Amino acid sequence: MNDTKTPSSRPLSPHLQVYRLIPTMVASIVHRATGMALYFGMFLFAWWLFAAATGAAYFDWVNGLFASMLGRLVLLGFTWALIHHLLGGVKHLVQDTGRALEKHFTTRMARLQFVASILLTLMVWIVAYWVR
Amino acid sequence: MSMRTPLGKVRGLGSARDGTQHFWRQRITAVANIPLVLIGLCLTVSLVGAPYEEVRATLASPLTAIFIALFSLSTLYHMHLGMQVVIEDYVHGELNKIALIMLNTFFVVFSGALIAYAIFRLAFGG
Repeated sequence: MNDTKTPSSRPLSPHLQVYRLIPTMVASIVHRATGMALYFGMFLFAWWLFAAATGAAYFDWVNGLFASMLGRLVLLGFTWALIHHLLGGVKHLVQDTGRALEKHFTTRMARLQFVASILLTLMVWIVAYWVR
Repeated sequence: MSMRTPLGKVRGLGSARDGTQHFWRQRITAVANIPLVLIGLCLTVSLVGAPYEEVRATLASPLTAIFIALFSLSTLYHMHLGMQVVIEDYVHGELNKIALIMLNTFFVVFSGALIAYAIFRLAFGG
């Protein structure tokens, strides 16, 4: 009866999969996911700087990797992750002060955050292509 | 009369082992990251596809070097704090947790060392 060696048979508290996905939930999960992606993306930035400091040949090689189709796709993803995480972070800072917590408003903000992050990402890339 | 143990009083820590320091530093770095990331995006966009000499000259200028140092310090600290929370949330085995929390620090310090080397060499190396 009182078998403490089988923790798996204990009831579990409900986790993500039992709830219907709602925008604020998705925004929260994506905020964490983008944060984790950016963590590893920072290494790409460090690598790029290292290449620039090392020499022309190595820099051109690394730049070539980043400029490849896959490289561009990865960088596009990181641009979006950065902007989405930035917007989410600003939202968190506002909410830290006790504002903007009403449920319909937070739902609208979560939706807006996805739209805004995608539009801003496209803007950044259009400017980047336009500059060169 | 206080219910706290003498050891607890000496350490000045609650059951969580630290107080609001983690939360507060996450916010400080978050606020600092806002302008830093925006400037960083502009800098990156301005250097996309630029020839090596131009990239090198831009990165070697004092303003850029100082900016990259500030950007890297703030973002590295912020991501260290963030990843620590993720590990604490999802990794439950004590040994695995401690190992990953250490690895988190090593990864951040290694990335920082790479960036520091690059900044110094770009700014001071011929």
